[in-house]
Amino acid sequence: MGKYIVKRVLLMIPTLLGVAVIIFFLMRIVPGDIVELRFAGESAYAQKENLDKERARLGLDKPIWHQFLSWMGGIVRLDFGTSMWTGAPITEEIRLRFVLSLQLAIMATIVAVALAIPLGVIAALRQDTWVDYAVRILSIAGLAMPSFWLGIVFILGLLIVFKWLPPMVYTPFWTDPVQNLAQLIWPALAVGYRYSAVATRMTRSAMLEVLREDYIRTARAKGLWEKLILSRHALKNAMLPVLTVIALEFAFLIGGLVVTEQVFNLNGLGMLFVESVAHRDYTLTQALVMLVAFSFIFVNFLVDLAYAWLDPRIRFR
Amino acid sequence: MAIGRPVEAAAEIPETTGRRRWIAAVGEFCRKRPLGAIGAAVVILNIVVGIGANVIAPYDPVATDYGAMLARPSTGHWLGTDAFGRDVLSRIIYGSRTAMLVGFACAFFGATIGAVIGVASAYFAGKIDLLVQRVMDIFLAFPLIILALAVVSILGTGIGNVIVAIAIPMIPRAALVARSSALAIREMPYVDAARAAGFRHRRIIVRHMLPNVMAPYLIMLTAFLGQAILLEASLSFLGLGVSEPTPAWGLMLRGAAVQFAESAPWMAIFPGLAISLAVFAFNLFGDSLRDALDPRLRTQ
Repeated sequence: MGKYIVKRVLLMIPTLLGVAVIIFFLMRIVPGDIVELRFAGESAYAQKENLDKERARLGLDKPIWHQFLSWMGGIVRLDFGTSMWTGAPITEEIRLRFVLSLQLAIMATIVAVALAIPLGVIAALRQDTWVDYAVRILSIAGLAMPSFWLGIVFILGLLIVFKWLPPMVYTPFWTDPVQNLAQLIWPALAVGYRYSAVATRMTRSAMLEVLREDYIRTARAKGLWEKLILSRHALKNAMLPVLTVIALEFAFLIGGLVVTEQVFNLNGLGMLFVESVAHRDYTLTQALVMLVAFSFIFVNFLVDLAYAWLDPRIRFR
Repeated sequence: MAIGRPVEAAAEIPETTGRRRWIAAVGEFCRKRPLGAIGAAVVILNIVVGIGANVIAPYDPVATDYGAMLARPSTGHWLGTDAFGRDVLSRIIYGSRTAMLVGFACAFFGATIGAVIGVASAYFAGKIDLLVQRVMDIFLAFPLIILALAVVSILGTGIGNVIVAIAIPMIPRAALVARSSALAIREMPYVDAARAAGFRHRRIIVRHMLPNVMAPYLIMLTAFLGQAILLEASLSFLGLGVSEPTPAWGLMLRGAAVQFAESAPWMAIFPGLAISLAVFAFNLFGDSLRDALDPRLRTQ
């Protein structure tokens, strides 16, 4: 097992390096740079030497390979530098946003799991009945509705029916949990419903497969209580692929909620990403992408690890 | 009489080939998978509406009418008007054109390029396969929307660039699926035979292997269609997709639609319904197609 873990950790390095190379050069291809943008308002005074001075201050005058190496050197020491736009340390810029995005991702995942597992199990037990069809339609509809639009509909519904608007300013959970949840529950519902769809289908198919296994027949034959068969024997064995799907989606939720955050005026990682790209804030964009990619790769790694732990055959492949 | 029957039976065989077989297959699909048939019907409706937008739409989608700003749905404007007095229904009808164009183009380029890369990677195996897999892994680590956003920032907005921006993140996903199906095909005797006959790599990949990953290819294509429409809507909503005044569903939800949501909810509701219905239909059809083409995946 130890050897397997080491191998997997080592495999993460080239992938992360590749992500770093791609985002670094991608950002440099984007037309315009931060200095031009900053001086855009005062074009009359934007002398070339001023622009050059600013570029030199930000280290943008150095050869590109030099910039890349010094950035990589920083990452190795976990030093992401400062934001080019605000001048604040990157870790400072990201921390607050990360807390919000993480909380939203966790809440959305709870919503998704609470919907997906019961629905998936019921659909599997009542396969090919109207219940099954209803669940199937519900989950395909979930995949079809853009969660940002669902968010707009939620806000509209609350406004028209209850004459109440969820708070649009973020309050940290530990300052005022009620205010915090009143704001975040709606995006969590909108996103959670969408993300429950895949997990529902996975639960259903995994349950169907498990229910055909011999050990379920044995359990039934020996007269075991049906509820116990479902919870102890079937669900437990069907959970592995479902957990995989949920884990991978969770990883995407951390950085992928760009549009939903916009609708609910949430200053999460997605919004920060859009802003940083718009500002051509190289250091911030790069750090954000590295963070999101790392979360994804890390969750993948944990999933593989869980599989390897549960299924010894994988370790020796 | 005794020899009459086999002749009759033999005469029936040619009838079940060619076009008739197609019709029979379509008929069976509709009978066995009514949900999929409904999905297909809505998809076709969307395509027809998109193509014939200039005939069907009651108003010019970009014509402003400041006398009828934010008008409620009425007999004159079935789905109301927006903040510039433009007819919402006409904009949705024209938006269908944008959505179908982006959807089909992205799904086609994404799935095709991905399939070629995936099959080639499986065919060459060894170091090339390993390298391609690593590169695909790297792209997979980016969330779809983030990669699309980055590409749009480079290329700028507009329909063509949006298509490229959405198709690129789809390539590694398609390559992954195509590769896993191609791995089995690689070991088939006919591929060995083609290699023994001295055919070039390109010919073996294109003529012998690609046609045999048709089922997963079509499944991916239909799955991508819905995703592409959703992504286009998201990008347009962010102001990074199709640009005004081109009518696009995501664009219609942007700005004024949210600002005036309370007094003119039709502006926010109908374009979203159009997106949902289109994607729903594509997914319904895609799901049934997958069931029909690949029984192994049936229950997923």
